[in-house]
Amino acid sequence: MSKSGVSLTKSIELPSLERKFMEGRALKSLALTSLTWFAAFLASIPLFSVIYMLLVEGGARLDLEALTELPPAGFELGGGFGNAIVGTLVMVAISTSISVPLGILAAIYLAILEPRSKLAETARFLAKVLTGFPSILAGVFAYATIVIWTGTYSAWAGGVALAVLMLPTVTLAAEEAMKQVPQRMKDAAYGMGCTRTQVIWKVVLPTGLPGILTGVILAVAGAAGESAPLLFTALFSNYYMSELAEPTASLSILIYNFSGMPFENQLELAWAASLVLVLIVLVFNIIARLIGKPKY
Amino acid sequence: MNAPLEDSLFIAEAYQPEGDVVIDCNVKTIHYGDFLAVRDSAVPIEKNRITGFIGPSGCGKSTVLRSLNRMNDLVDGFKFGGHVHYHATDIYKNNIDPVVVRRYIGMVFQQPNPFSMSIYDNVAFGLRLNKYKGDMDERVEKALRGAALWEEVKNKLKNSGLSLSGGQQQRLCIARAIATEPDVLLMDEPCSALDPIATRQVEELMMELKESYTLALVTHNMQQATRVADNTAFFSVDISRGGRTGYLVEMGKTQQLFEQPRESLTKEYLSGQFS
Repeated sequence: MSKSGVSLTKSIELPSLERKFMEGRALKSLALTSLTWFAAFLASIPLFSVIYMLLVEGGARLDLEALTELPPAGFELGGGFGNAIVGTLVMVAISTSISVPLGILAAIYLAILEPRSKLAETARFLAKVLTGFPSILAGVFAYATIVIWTGTYSAWAGGVALAVLMLPTVTLAAEEAMKQVPQRMKDAAYGMGCTRTQVIWKVVLPTGLPGILTGVILAVAGAAGESAPLLFTALFSNYYMSELAEPTASLSILIYNFSGMPFENQLELAWAASLVLVLIVLVFNIIARLIGKPKY
Repeated sequence: MNAPLEDSLFIAEAYQPEGDVVIDCNVKTIHYGDFLAVRDSAVPIEKNRITGFIGPSGCGKSTVLRSLNRMNDLVDGFKFGGHVHYHATDIYKNNIDPVVVRRYIGMVFQQPNPFSMSIYDNVAFGLRLNKYKGDMDERVEKALRGAALWEEVKNKLKNSGLSLSGGQQQRLCIARAIATEPDVLLMDEPCSALDPIATRQVEELMMELKESYTLALVTHNMQQATRVADNTAFFSVDISRGGRTGYLVEMGKTQQLFEQPRESLTKEYLSGQFS
């Protein structure tokens, strides 16, 4: 025993414990790490360049006039896309108010009521297939049902087409979020004497809310940017909408129309409209995060 | 497995309760689908006492406990044969609503399971569920004091229930369970996820709770049974005929059971010859 009370074992032959950089496995590790850095960098180039272009090109024309005026015709100068902003917001609101309640109720069935029934298996499979559904077919569906039935292009038809696209995303995300609620939390609620409805309403939905909202926002963001389903459902209009049952302008169709025109003014407006579309999605995202932030 | 049971099967000698019996549980068979999980177990739960359930894994002690407030109804394929008389009512009669049963017979689980709500809302949950009209603050404080948690949380009632330590979470769950002043409290290995200090606190709490409530406790820890249980029921599992069927071996006063077990199987288990 030494004086300090610690007795060291006799030293044995140890291989060197220092870090060696030129060793094979260290080099391999370095190479792979660099590769992932490079891949991450490469993947972010398109994203950042799109945002950069939007800010530079779109920011130039982004003013009150662009946000409120009606689209210019041919050689006109000035103008804006106020009606398209309103149209997009209205149609997204319609599709959200159709797809969110329906999607959440379906998710409750899939996640809690009968997760393994035939109906649930089928519905889940179809929802997954629908997430890869070509969006133009949603437009065809709404055209065949609403447009032909009512005899006019309308915000309704556009909203329904978008709802068809949003529904599977909302349903699957909400199902996943509700499945994440631990069984023991549900057991606790049952043990307190909750009915199944109360367990879902007081425990599962509040606890799963952040995940559900994430799914809703993803769906909204996707729907707001869709143009194909609106081509022959809402069509377009050069005026502010006065009712839901008439052809309605939308940002995505305006961008589509204007970006193909040979006029400088229209091209600039298309850029500005793109920036506005991205900002709208961003604002939705922030709002949803604020509402859905886990409180506890 | 649905074949009638043979006559030669061991059936435990009935325990003769001395005091009032709150729950007269007499299991004939408990099936999950075709699987016979528990057979022939009569476990009377006496008022203001702690009844401990011990036995090796898979012996059905938790299954029997969860049958006492119909928590097992949530499991697919659960079938109960026999009777559970809660006071004068058989809770397995067709016209009984299991949801109402669970409001009188509360439960504390193995894993602490607070809701992701504030501490206050966790305790108030059952009161709100029952549309309690009186002074909510007072009842929440009373429940938290009852669960020996008040001093630790009184200044942070708005904090998340999930921010507490494991032992505090379990006491929060006990507070949540006693806030509605149930008649009986079922505890399914409430200390198995807790460290020794938290375990001791929960055990002391159980001793206080039995003054006002009736408790049934499943435990894996035999020392815990000797420390807190007044009566103890020992279950074992029969694997001789291919199945894994749990059954009651012996029930008695804890001291009698541990010091002079009637059955040799009990003796072997208590002396650590199998587990």
